[in-house]
Amino acid sequence: MTKLKPHLSLGGIGVFAVLLLAVAPSVLTDHWLSNLGKYCCWAIAAVGIGLAWGRGGMLVMGQGVFFALGAYSMAMHLTLETAGDGVPGFMVLYDPLAPLPAFWEPFRSTAFTLLAIVVLPVVAAGILGYALFKRRVKGAYFAILTQALAVALATLVSSTIRETGGDTGLSDFKYFFGYVLNDPANRTMVYLITAGLLVACLLVVWQLYRSRFGELLVATRDAEERVRFLGYDPANVKLVAFVGAALMASIGGAMFVPIVGIITPAEIGAAASILMIAGVAFGGRASLFGPALGAIAVGWGQSSLGSTWPEGWTYIIGLLFIVVILFLPKGLSSLPARFRAARRGPGEPLAAPAATRQLEGVTS
Amino acid sequence: MDALIPPLLNGSAQGALLLLAALGLSLTFGQMGVINMAHGEFLMIGAFTAYLVQQVIDSSDLSIPVALPVAFVVAGLFGLLLEVSIIQWMYRRPLDTLLVTVGVSLILQQAALQIFPSQGVPVEKPGWLDGQLTVLGYDWPLRQVFTILLATVCVAALAAWLKYTSFGRRIRATVHNRDLAETAGISTRTVDRLTFFVGSGLAGVAGVAASLIGGTNSTMGAQYIIPAFLVVAAGGIGQLKGTIIAALGVGVGLSCFAYWTTGSLAQVLAFILVIVFLQVRPQGLFTVRTRSLV
Repeated sequence: MTKLKPHLSLGGIGVFAVLLLAVAPSVLTDHWLSNLGKYCCWAIAAVGIGLAWGRGGMLVMGQGVFFALGAYSMAMHLTLETAGDGVPGFMVLYDPLAPLPAFWEPFRSTAFTLLAIVVLPVVAAGILGYALFKRRVKGAYFAILTQALAVALATLVSSTIRETGGDTGLSDFKYFFGYVLNDPANRTMVYLITAGLLVACLLVVWQLYRSRFGELLVATRDAEERVRFLGYDPANVKLVAFVGAALMASIGGAMFVPIVGIITPAEIGAAASILMIAGVAFGGRASLFGPALGAIAVGWGQSSLGSTWPEGWTYIIGLLFIVVILFLPKGLSSLPARFRAARRGPGEPLAAPAATRQLEGVTS
Repeated sequence: MDALIPPLLNGSAQGALLLLAALGLSLTFGQMGVINMAHGEFLMIGAFTAYLVQQVIDSSDLSIPVALPVAFVVAGLFGLLLEVSIIQWMYRRPLDTLLVTVGVSLILQQAALQIFPSQGVPVEKPGWLDGQLTVLGYDWPLRQVFTILLATVCVAALAAWLKYTSFGRRIRATVHNRDLAETAGISTRTVDRLTFFVGSGLAGVAGVAASLIGGTNSTMGAQYIIPAFLVVAAGGIGQLKGTIIAALGVGVGLSCFAYWTTGSLAQVLAFILVIVFLQVRPQGLFTVRTRSLV
């Protein structure tokens, strides 16, 4: 596998940061800047998927769950901030005398909300991951279980109209930690926070990938049993990557809310989770930049093509999965290496396939 | 008893439907390690086939019995097409087939949405399915009884086919040990294709049964694929009895939870139960013993 030298990819992150944080705000209109912010949220989740799936071999098909934990934590806080001391408008609509549900109450506090965005996904992913990895549930079983979780959570949210807003979701946020969201300057600030978080996530995975942990993670992906025989517990390695991915999805979800201004079950269900995977597969699951760039590309397609030509967009996403996985399993980021190899002539073989053996099943 | 018998009756029918949906899935997954996410869409194809057959044959009394074998063949051919065009190139990457078939399922769903009215199509229930049996003083709709009978017939036929025909023996041999089967002169390629045909065909049959119970629309397959896979995971792969017990368990469980709480909470509870169950038996209820490490 042709890898960029560490300092080169660090430079790449620098260029990426300058583009996102300095060039984009001065070039793009408010509308496109907020769109780019939305793609950045998906990109943050995608970087996590790259960590868990690309490097760890765990196909996480339910990142919408952790996206939802962050998003709904943030949305509840912003809703309460907008409502002031009262009860949120949509709850009054169903029952004017209804008290605030107990689990909403702590989200009045800024500190609790920020803590919840970080702690909730870590705890949830920790418990789920511990239960599954310790029992050596992997491969397709793991993938479908995570997707089942996303389906279950989206259904649950849809059906609890009084507590979570149901299918209409939570929206109409006026303030973001005291800042008026209508103000363009504040919206730019929210964008900059999001883009900054994306860059920070890239830096974290860059460090992880070149650490011993990164090596161990790839080793676990490619030959889990061998890692076990060497004395490591693959379950712990996978658990860390899975929890990291969940945390990133939650952060992406949390920033999604002030940028887009609405969160609904449609953004967290199976379809949304699969769309997050699409970007990662497209960009290149195991590469550093692939997941983020792929997610931004898919997000852009979603908001431009997806609204003007929805039928065609579904076909394109479907075809994207088929073509990319079938012919380009390492995504677009593997193209340069392929070209180099092709230019060197047929004598030299391509780098060994990264996803050598995706171990299936739990028939241990 | 009021809280027990109705969900049990309803749940066993739901379980039978799940069993029909999961049979093919467990067959293809057990043999090839391939997760076919488009399996739900093959079920949808079966349901739409039932509708199309009804457009040709006016009498709904006759059209459903005709639709069953037709749906089997149509869905089976779609499965065969999928195997030949895409999946056969990916046997070394089973986890990736999952994503490729997600793409296929998106395309099939969208195609169905454009070909047929978006609100779905009505599949007329045959007259002989009107009415109900009375069990311990409770009504049991004949449609549900029919689903159970259909599932029983399919399971029996599949079991007999696997056990007594030479093709069935080859399939079992391939499930147990693919390399050894190949060494023994079995063309595993042919076996794979046939398995995929039969597995997808069973989804088509399940689709006809589903069209009699719920609505027929482009998203119906997506509702079944996750529960069907949970059944396969809980039942263990490679053996029919695990799938049967798990399907009934999940069906009755879902139905009871839905009766006692709400439909959406039932899904969450069922999910938690499957996770807990996998803690106890990570390989599912029954599994083919192999010496492989993975």
